[in-house]
Parts: sequence; structure tokens; C-alpha cells
Amino acid sequence: MKTNFNFEDGDSRPCLADLEPGQRAIVEAVRAPGALGRRLQDLGFVPGTPVSLLRRAPLGDPGVFALRGMQICLRRSETRQIRVRLEAGGPS
Amino acid sequence: MSAAAETPVLRIGLVGSPNAGKTTLFNALTGLRARIGNYPGVTVERREGALQLGDRSLRVIDLPGTYSLDAIAEDERVVTRVLDGDFEDAPDALVLVADACSLPRSLLLIAQVLRRQQPCCLALTMIDELEARHGHLDVARLEAALGIPVIPVIGHRGRGLDRLRRQLEHPEEWSRPPVQPPESAPERAAWADSILAHTLQRPPDPHRASEVLDRILLHPVLGSVIFAAVMVTFFQLIFAWAAPAMEALSGAAATLAQAIHTNLAPGLWADFLADGLVAGVGSVLVFVPQIALLFGLLYLLEDLGYMARAAFVVDRLLGRIGLEGRSFVALLSSYACAVPGIMATRGIPSPRDRLVTILVAPLMTCSARLPVYILLVSAFVPDEPVLGPLRLQGLVMLGLYLLGATSALAVAALLTRTLLPGEGLPFTMELPSYRVPTLKLWASQVWGSLSAFLRRAGTIILAVSIVLWFLLAFPRTPPEPDWTPAENSAFALENSYAGRLGHAIEPAIAPLGFDWKIGVGLIASLAAREVIVSTLAQIYAASGESGELGDALRGDIDPRTGDRVFTPATVASLLVFFVFALQCASTLAVMRRETNSWRWPAFAFGYLLALAYTASFATYRLVLAFGGAT
Repeated sequence: MKTNFNFEDGDSRPCLADLEPGQRAIVEAVRAPGALGRRLQDLGFVPGTPVSLLRRAPLGDPGVFALRGMQICLRRSETRQIRVRLEAGGPS
Repeated sequence: MSAAAETPVLRIGLVGSPNAGKTTLFNALTGLRARIGNYPGVTVERREGALQLGDRSLRVIDLPGTYSLDAIAEDERVVTRVLDGDFEDAPDALVLVADACSLPRSLLLIAQVLRRQQPCCLALTMIDELEARHGHLDVARLEAALGIPVIPVIGHRGRGLDRLRRQLEHPEEWSRPPVQPPESAPERAAWADSILAHTLQRPPDPHRASEVLDRILLHPVLGSVIFAAVMVTFFQLIFAWAAPAMEALSGAAATLAQAIHTNLAPGLWADFLADGLVAGVGSVLVFVPQIALLFGLLYLLEDLGYMARAAFVVDRLLGRIGLEGRSFVALLSSYACAVPGIMATRGIPSPRDRLVTILVAPLMTCSARLPVYILLVSAFVPDEPVLGPLRLQGLVMLGLYLLGATSALAVAALLTRTLLPGEGLPFTMELPSYRVPTLKLWASQVWGSLSAFLRRAGTIILAVSIVLWFLLAFPRTPPEPDWTPAENSAFALENSYAGRLGHAIEPAIAPLGFDWKIGVGLIASLAAREVIVSTLAQIYAASGESGELGDALRGDIDPRTGDRVFTPATVASLLVFFVFALQCASTLAVMRRETNSWRWPAFAFGYLLALAYTASFATYRLVLAFGGAT
């Protein structure tokens, strides 16, 4: 699987953008500072929350994520800001 | 004095996230008597409705949908400002509106509102859907856990409304939460989870219909095909379906004007009634079919849940120019007419993206440009085959459409990178479950948008039409009995204020290859682009039929130089001018209404005029240089 390196802070740990359609993960941290970070947390992206990628748009971006009983579209640029722990087993 | 006059009006704010059923509840509580206005200084729409309960008068305020009180968008900021009492006194009580099927999400907002310690109750919508999806929620326990009254309601069926109304009569008696929910987002989520753990005994099953539909409608290949088909149909409907009604309305206005001229004594009063007032009212009404149709389809797609999917499918393309998926519909609608297109930008949450979309919408080739293009192209472009079935005239038309669209995208990209750099509003969009909308909700939404257009933009359009009539009709010149009526009206037009203005601006437009007659046409086309055709017809004392007028234009010789007025260079330059210039009072009026200031219509008019002038000048010079002078 390809990993999106975040070159700015050299953080190569997995982020939400790394998910394959059907794959599930647990949110570990929101890296984005300021308003974006606060909004992502207000939407429920807080540590310990399960999240899964349902599908990507026909052109590859954005993706639809299932989280706290809702489906939310996020672009790759935003999902790079959410560090996750990938669930074992890959896409189901 | 009645008791109602003694007790002050109780003000109730409806707070909830988008798609929670807030608008349905608002309509169910207040009927269709919503007062729509604007919050002072911002572009967010303000909806208020009255409600009489026994001897208590209530005012219900439908606040914009928001996911958080930590606002990042303008309409979200309005919610916090209303709760803070920034515009007027803060509401006396709040009704939180939450969808029973998405409580895990809604509780995060509920926690923020409860922390404000204003009297609150919770209206729980879509409890029927929760049960249909085999979910079970213990409402009594939820009430105990939150510490505020919880009332299940089904807005469109009226269930639970009586109980809600009884509660609304006495907000001072509502229970208050014993302890405040925590502040930080992770703790709020934990608080929400602990409440859900002992109230939501069984979470709802996934929405099967939505799962199946999304598998088809968001399929990588099929989804794109369906998206294209929906958008082509959408465009075709507002373009083609509205046309007969629009023609009927302008036909009726023309017939009425004709009847006035036949039945009233000729003179100022008849001219004003027929050519000023009736034509002006007609120019407002002519938009009604298109706007009604556009909003009818727009709200239908929105209420069904498809609009969010369409934005999702096309987001990446618009992301490249700094906009987002929801701008697409507005830009597409602008192909029919920029007026409904600009009104369709209301679905775009980011104020920056919305403004940029509004500013470039006039570049999309609207249907009012078509008569102008047809006149010039059919009169001056030879109808010769180019390649297979492609003919030169068609290719030129296609080129004009493409020039408009690519310029719109280029200007949008430029604006988002320079003048209006983003505030970094993240693209977050919920995909709601698909729903069959109720006729009542749909009708009230369409009527709301239509009446707002008539009141806010219609009055400006009417005023501008009357001013332009005045410029074209004054000063009055007595008719010469020896001349034909056509010659008389041509003479009157040349000597009118607009005619003099045309002469006055001739030095400014001469570098574009335009003479004073085109100048008058340009001034008259400020009312609406297609007016240049009838104005030129009047100047050339020809009938408005494009064939005959085309001949007149081709045969026009400049008396000073002996050359033709409409050289290929002039025609090309005029066509390019119409691609760019914002000659449309209605668009300006709607821009003013949607941005709540004259600043942005003035900016749009200015930049498009500069663009039109530069591009026309360049075109004129280029065609001249490549030997197109004759």
C-alpha cells in the first residue's frame, strides 16, 4: 500500500488519506492547526473514533467516510491531517 | 386590552445541523408565513415566522444549519451571533433540532448549545425512520440524561407538534441540565458516547435504499454517466421548458403594449405605459418561469439527496480552480441565465467560493446573448462547410460558447489565487440519506426563492428599465409628416439622450471598431443584452427580423470614409465584446441582492467591461492586421 508522506513534518505514520475503499481505521490524532483542526474534531474526528472509507469519487477525490453514524466527504488534503491506526486485515 | 398585547412576544430560535429536519419543523410550526430577510451586514438569509399559542405570541427564528458553534463560515457565525444577542436581544428559548438517526453526530452540537445555559428543549425528528430501520431509542432516558425536555416530532405529518407547542408556551418552566457537558471536542464525544450507551438501545440499520442507490449513483463509471445525464437534462429543462413560457410572457407584454398604443391617444402617456411600464414589468416577469423551474429542480434534487452526490462527483474538477463541487450547478444554470445561476449559489457554504462563483457566472453564455450572436453570425459569417457536417457558422457559435466558459474558469482560478485567497475553509460535506421530499416543503422553498427574487431584484430591474426607456424616448422630437414612421423613429432615437450618449462615447469605442450606432445599441443593451438587436433595428429603420436587419448592417457605409461600418474586424470585435461585457441590469440587481451590497456588482461590471474592452481591442487589431479590413 502506498503511504502519503507528510513532508512538512516528516511524519510518515499512516493518515486517513492512506485508507483503501472498504478499509477501517481508528482516529489517533488531528494534526491540522487552527480552524480546520477544530472543525474536524467538532465533526467527530477525535482520538479513539472508528472511521472507514466507503468510496472515492470517480475522479479519485474526495472520499466518503463513515463516522459517528454519518457519511462525510473530505478531500485528500484534509484527510492527510488526520493520523489513524489502520485496522488489520486491509479492505474487507 | 387583550392578554396577548400585555405579554411580550416570546422569541424562539431553532438550532440544528444541516439535514436535521429544521426547515420542515419550521414550516410545520409557522405555516407558510415566513418572513425572509437578511441579517444586517451579512449575506445570510434570515427566516422568521409568527406563531400564536393561546394568549402568547411567539416568533420562531430558523437559524442556519451548523455542525458546530465554533463557526468557520459566515452562516455559522450568524448562529453564534444570534445566540449571543448580537443583532437584537438573544432568543428567549432555543429548540434544538436533531435527527434521531444521527444522534451520535448531533449530540456534539447539542453539548455546545447546552453549555450556553439558555433555556433549551430538544425536538427529535425522524423517529419514524429510526423505527423503520429497527433502531430503538429510550426517549425518557435521553430526557433524563440531557436534563431538558425531549419531544419526538414528525414535522411533515404533524405528529408531536401539539406537545411541542404546549412546551413552547412556557419555556421558563423547562428543566435545565444538572451538569454542563464538557467543553473540549474529545470529552464532548465521550460525553455523547456515554449518553448513547444507555439511551440508544439499538442503533438504526444502515439506510438500505441509500446504500443501493449510492452503489449505482457514485459508481466510478456509471456515476459519472448519470451525473452528466442529470446535468444535461437539468440544463435542457431550464433552457427549453422555460422558453415557451418566457416567449408567451414577452409576447403578452408586446400585445399589451400594442393594445395601449392602439387604444390611447399617441403621446407621452401612451409611450410611457407601453414602452416604459409594461415593457419594464414584462422584463421582470419574463424571468419567472425560468427561476421557478430552476428552483423547482434544484430543491427537488437537493431534497432527494442527489445534489450532495453531484457535488461529490464533480468536486475534483472545480477544486483545481479553487472552487468546490457545489459551484457547478450555479455555473451550469448560468448557461440559461445568470440571474437564476447567481441565485443558485446559495447552496455553497464557503462565502469566498460563493462570491467567486457569482462574479464569474455572467461569463457563461446566457440565452440573452443568443439573438445577438445569431444576428451577427448569420449576417457576416459565410455558411460554408469546414469539415464533414461541421459548418463555419456553427463553429463560430461554438467558439463563442467555449470562449465564455474558459474565461469563467480562468477568472475564477485567478480570483481564488490573487484577490480573494481562501480563508482555508475545509471542504466538508455530509451525504444525507436519500429521501422522498414532501410536496409542501418543496413548494414553500420554491415560493420563498421566487418571491424573494420578485421583491428584491424585480424592483431594481423595473426601475432600470424605466430609466433606460426615458433615455431612449427623451427629448421628444415631433414627427415629420413626410417621413415614414420607421424614419421618424430612427431620427427620434438618434436625437434622444441615449443617441447623444452614443455619439459622446464614440471616441472611446472607436478603437474597438464601433461607431455611434453600435454605441446606442450598447447603451440600450444595459437593460438586457438582446435589446441591442431591436435598438439597431430601430436605428436602421429596419424590422427586427434578423435577415432584414442583417442586410441593413451589411450595406451600411460610413459617410465620412466611404467604407463599410460592419467590417469583419468590427463584427469580430463586437462578438467578443458580448462574450465578456456584463450588459444586464437584472444580473447586477441579483448580484446586489445576493451579496447584500453594491460593491460586488460594481466590481463585476468593472472587471468585465475592462476585459471586454481589452479583448475587443485586441480582436479588432488582430483581424485588421491579418487583412480582414474589407
